[in-house]
Amino acid sequence: MRKNAFGLVYTGESNLSLKDLTYSRSVAAVPFGGRYRAIDFTLSNLVNSGITNVGIIAQRNYHSLMDHLGSGKEWDLHRKRDGLFILPPFVTKDNTGLYRGTVDALKSCMGYIRRSSQRYCIFTGSHTIFNMSFDAMIERHIETGADITVLYNQEGEVYDQEEHFEDVRFVFDESGRAQMMEIDAFRPKSDLISMDTYIIEKTLLEYLVEECVTRGTYDFVRDILFKKLDTLKLMGFRYDGFVARLNSLTSYFRHTMQLLETDVRRDLFSEGSPVYTKVKDEVPAKYMEAAKATNSIVADGCVIEGEIENCVLFRGVHIAKGASVKNCIIMQNSEIMENASLQYVILDKSVIVKRDRRMIGHPSFPVIIRKNAVI
Amino acid sequence: MVEKNIIAMLLAGGQGSRLHVLTEKVAKPAVPFGGKYRIIDFPLSNCVNSDIDTVGVLTQYQPLELNSYIGNGQPWDLDRNAGGVYVLPPYVKGKHGEWYSGTANAIYQNVGFVDQYSPKYVLILSGDHIYKMNYSKMLKRHIDMDADATIAVIEVPMQEASRFGIMNTDSAGRVQSFEEKPKRPKSNLASMGIYIFSWEKLKSYLKADFEDKASTNDFGHDVIPAMLAAGEKLVTHPFAGYWKDVGTIESLWQANMDLLETPPALDLYDPTWRIYSRNPIRPPHYIADGASVHGSIVTEGCDVFGEVRRSVLFSSVIIEKGATVIDSIIMPGAIIRAGARVVKSILAERVEIGPGAGVGEPPMLSETMDLTLPENDGITLIGEDTFVEAGAHIPAGRIVKAARVAAERSESAS
Repeated sequence: MRKNAFGLVYTGESNLSLKDLTYSRSVAAVPFGGRYRAIDFTLSNLVNSGITNVGIIAQRNYHSLMDHLGSGKEWDLHRKRDGLFILPPFVTKDNTGLYRGTVDALKSCMGYIRRSSQRYCIFTGSHTIFNMSFDAMIERHIETGADITVLYNQEGEVYDQEEHFEDVRFVFDESGRAQMMEIDAFRPKSDLISMDTYIIEKTLLEYLVEECVTRGTYDFVRDILFKKLDTLKLMGFRYDGFVARLNSLTSYFRHTMQLLETDVRRDLFSEGSPVYTKVKDEVPAKYMEAAKATNSIVADGCVIEGEIENCVLFRGVHIAKGASVKNCIIMQNSEIMENASLQYVILDKSVIVKRDRRMIGHPSFPVIIRKNAVI
Repeated sequence: MVEKNIIAMLLAGGQGSRLHVLTEKVAKPAVPFGGKYRIIDFPLSNCVNSDIDTVGVLTQYQPLELNSYIGNGQPWDLDRNAGGVYVLPPYVKGKHGEWYSGTANAIYQNVGFVDQYSPKYVLILSGDHIYKMNYSKMLKRHIDMDADATIAVIEVPMQEASRFGIMNTDSAGRVQSFEEKPKRPKSNLASMGIYIFSWEKLKSYLKADFEDKASTNDFGHDVIPAMLAAGEKLVTHPFAGYWKDVGTIESLWQANMDLLETPPALDLYDPTWRIYSRNPIRPPHYIADGASVHGSIVTEGCDVFGEVRRSVLFSSVIIEKGATVIDSIIMPGAIIRAGARVVKSILAERVEIGPGAGVGEPPMLSETMDLTLPENDGITLIGEDTFVEAGAHIPAGRIVKAARVAAERSESAS
């Protein structure tokens, strides 16, 4: 059923430490889970919730993102009525080109927001990965009469400081209304962390953005949520499924490895809510007689002659005879030649590792090799 | 309507009865092949890769699954403003309508469709072969030779030639005579069932064929001989490469197994000649700790906890811990429960093999056999949605189609 909501995805997150992964692409276009890009999850969540009007706010390095999204047909978003709108930055009298923050970006696409006929806006980032329908959250937003509803989850264990870079945390009262908010706290009081997904009525969003711009501030979280916590009714909506925040290389590595757990995979890829992505028409993966594969995720187009263990292989990866690849993430079309040995390594797209090469990283510091490198 | 130089007509109406329970609910061209394809993906992809962007797919037997699979043709880039893919079932014309009585009749009943595009040439294809072929080369030969009809041929071993329609040609490749399944073949050039006709010429022969009450309305049987008899210029287009009929259980099994060879007889990795298919939208597959996969192909959505050897796993197949799959083809959504054994078998879509059950193993001596179904070459075939209970035993070479196969009575007839 079509929803009275439209989606707005901000892909300009820059305060992330994904190192070489975001060297040539925005975080939204970071490959994840063997055949996806981070934004596939956000888009599929919106589409699976019956939302057919989605704006993508592009910011830096958006070539790779636009190439991936195309007309939006893979997400059923190539439509006459609404559909997919890519909103890249441009310079005008009012716009600065490169956005200084989320509100700045929202201001630049006010035309799209105004034109959208739906009443509610689902405003999200693009680096938080989960699989959830927004139906219940929208319902709750209406029921509670909230100004803004924020999606959050509880993160029990705290890994390292880098992983929690720029976290937004909340303390809610019994009714679920946010009482306190922490941004990038040194000693956080709460372990309830924002999932970067908000529901807000379109007219309120317009008002808040205009007000913010008038005052010369430009960040949705710092300048609107944080400053107006007392006056705005900010309600929380808790999510208990699998959440992966791609905000550092170690968290990227750790969350990818979590996909090797069958429960996590079934949560993120449940049959009822498929995750859509660009189709590449690769051949099914082939395992040769000598192949030895355990505890690994393998995409189509791979040819495996060597040994893989605890790995995630994207489409079209070739592991030659005698090669040994353990605890690695190998992206599209990379090739590992004979007798090479890799551990705790992330290879970006189309990397070639020549025969007999050795590379060993550590779970706390995986080695990352940039796109198209030849080792 | 935008005029087209050539359009393709794909004959997909065949029941494929020699595939037994595999084609009970789907037309032969919709039968799954090679891990993620269906047979029809091959001719459709060949068309697109040969720059043919208008394809009529003639269906009449169990078209539901085929229709929804083809859809708007988007997976093959055949969602076009001008042209594209069209499913053409028989329809009622005026007071009477009729089924397609043969391959030639199917085209005759769709003359109106073809005429919309005013093509100079028409390519006739069938939906039961696995091959990669550049039809534009064949068209070039047709034009260069100034032929009325061009027939793709492949050299087959002389001893097998009597199973095919055999073309006897002169040195330039002009067809002198045609023999359908000759007892004593004079040549080993077998017709591949792929024809290019000059459309105006074909139209007149289709009309004559329709009016001839004695005709069986078949291209190979009636139209080609009629054109030969009338002295039309028929030439052959020799094809060398992988070409496999998958019309029987044995050949379907063998063609799947051919993909496991190194290097494979049919190269599906060629980026300039992709075989396109409708994507199941599932995540990459998972090979568990303790699983072993050798000499096999596995596709998206599979979860392998057991052992897989020399087999083809389609999307969303689950092989539980301790289960063994050898020399088998497991179609989408099938589940092999813990400790089950599947040997030299074809499991159709959504089959479930219960824990500890055995499929395709040599018959146990104590077994009392109830041979109501044909046996084949030792390949066991389980029809779609069949549930084989825990501990049940289905001996090699059986064809089973039932809602449930119980353990105590390990035989079941369809």
